[in-house]
Amino acid sequence: MNTKDKSWKILSLTPIIAVLVILTLVPLVNIFYNSFFDIRWDDGKYNYTYIGLENYIELPNNKFYLPGLINTIKLSIFAVFFQMLFGFLIALGISKIKRGKGFFISLFLLPILLPPIVIGSIWRLMYGFDFGIFNYLLSFFGVFPLDWLGSSSLAFTSIVIVDIWHWTPFVVLLLLAGLESLPTDVYEAARVDGTSGWNEIVYITIPLMIPTIIVTMVFRFILSFKVFDEIYLLTQGGPGTSTEVISFSIYETFFESDNMGLGSVMSVVSLFVVSLLIIIVLNVIRRVNKYAN
Amino acid sequence: MRTSTEKLINYIMLSFFAILVLAPFLWIATIAFKTQIDIMMMKIIFKPTLFNFDKLFFSKEATFFRDIFNSLFVGIISTLIILIICSMASFTMIRTKISNWITAVLFLWVIVFHMLPPITFVGSWFQMANSVGLFNSRVALILAHVTVNLPLGLLIISSFMRDVPTEIQEAAYIDGCSNRQVYLKVMLPLLGPGLFATAVIVFLFSWNDFMVAMNLTAKATQTVPVSIATFSQQYEVRYGEMAAGSLVSLVPALILTFFAQKYIVKGLTAGAVK
Repeated sequence: MNTKDKSWKILSLTPIIAVLVILTLVPLVNIFYNSFFDIRWDDGKYNYTYIGLENYIELPNNKFYLPGLINTIKLSIFAVFFQMLFGFLIALGISKIKRGKGFFISLFLLPILLPPIVIGSIWRLMYGFDFGIFNYLLSFFGVFPLDWLGSSSLAFTSIVIVDIWHWTPFVVLLLLAGLESLPTDVYEAARVDGTSGWNEIVYITIPLMIPTIIVTMVFRFILSFKVFDEIYLLTQGGPGTSTEVISFSIYETFFESDNMGLGSVMSVVSLFVVSLLIIIVLNVIRRVNKYAN
Repeated sequence: MRTSTEKLINYIMLSFFAILVLAPFLWIATIAFKTQIDIMMMKIIFKPTLFNFDKLFFSKEATFFRDIFNSLFVGIISTLIILIICSMASFTMIRTKISNWITAVLFLWVIVFHMLPPITFVGSWFQMANSVGLFNSRVALILAHVTVNLPLGLLIISSFMRDVPTEIQEAAYIDGCSNRQVYLKVMLPLLGPGLFATAVIVFLFSWNDFMVAMNLTAKATQTVPVSIATFSQQYEVRYGEMAAGSLVSLVPALILTFFAQKYIVKGLTAGAVK
């Protein structure tokens, strides 16, 4: 291959490096720097006062951040568990059919491709206390209307349900790709031996799918730390801190309370936690891939 | 799946889940055509009305046409920028001889950034935009969307790039093409479907973004999702307009899914795990 074309290489890599440096690296340095300051907006400019580690010391006392972090982890675990369960069932189902495959795939694509804010709107209307569909349906069974989003015992579950609904299709897509790349000869051999459909799933499909399942699961787990839009529209973190998540705490502190120093500390700590998880995840993925090959 | 009972159970299960996915959309579609009173009375049978859409688009304080324009503008420009940046970078990293560490560092950085919560960056973008006078401008939002969606763009284009046979490229070099010519005249045409898949996905993610847009825009530059969210924030929630706006905002995704389902599936799976 042509190797001496240095100007092309510089030209072609400069834009991506520029974007990554200016818009991801500089912001990282910036929030780290901010985290040591008390920042106030006065007279049309920011006034920085150096306060050392005070923001960091204050963080554990913050009413929202730690509960939010715990909720985010809880939400990720519960939601991803059910996403994997339903996702596997649906992917398996789709992989077995011949007619209507495209139809089902298109349908299950919708929740991934539609604006999350719309998903939030829809669920907000459905969860509505006075004229939401859930309470309407419950009324036929003589059940009292439930305060889906307003009661601290129920709100978290309501959010988990929305997250499951939103992201199960993504799991379906990844697992379906995995299922369709499984070797067919194993199945033919099993068929010759007269293996039943159920045994085929338990003894052949699931063991062969374990690498894909693990990779999908850890990937989904990390990505669910991004959750924001639905929380914003459905509960704003409430009641109390029962549905608070890290993204929402950061948004509140930074943009609503204008406490940029503390908001930056929250960002730094969140980045640290998520980066640790990413290191674990990338290691898991590498090992799984090695095992799979 | 041998017996017909098993087949039947399978179809029943899939249909059950399909209804779970579809029902919320049908529900919001009916709400959009109901009057406020019919919404509150939970009427199952109602006289459909375009009242909510009329209010959404033509009431005195309506901004929805402008919101749609903002969303389209930001979405299309940021998608084009991502296609150019990522296809060039991907070609150089995957298909030319270049130090391995550059490729490794760039890919690792992009993948890690893809997994980090974007809110941790938005504060800094807001400050940066402010300090250069770009707050409440479409330019700031375009740059932010380019950054947020760049990882997905690079991963998807790269996975298509790897599928282009090397022989064609080598033949072009033998004919005396430079890297620039190979990129423009050989790779880009061969990457057509890959670029299309990337464009569709990246555009939809820009169109759908709420969090970044909310924090970097004000009334004049707000996008459709930001506009929809405001309907729930006034002292009285405007359910009808919220539903109507939501319904309108589904249109691009529905059209693109209908025409490009295969590309989207391939793109999303390619961009996900590799």
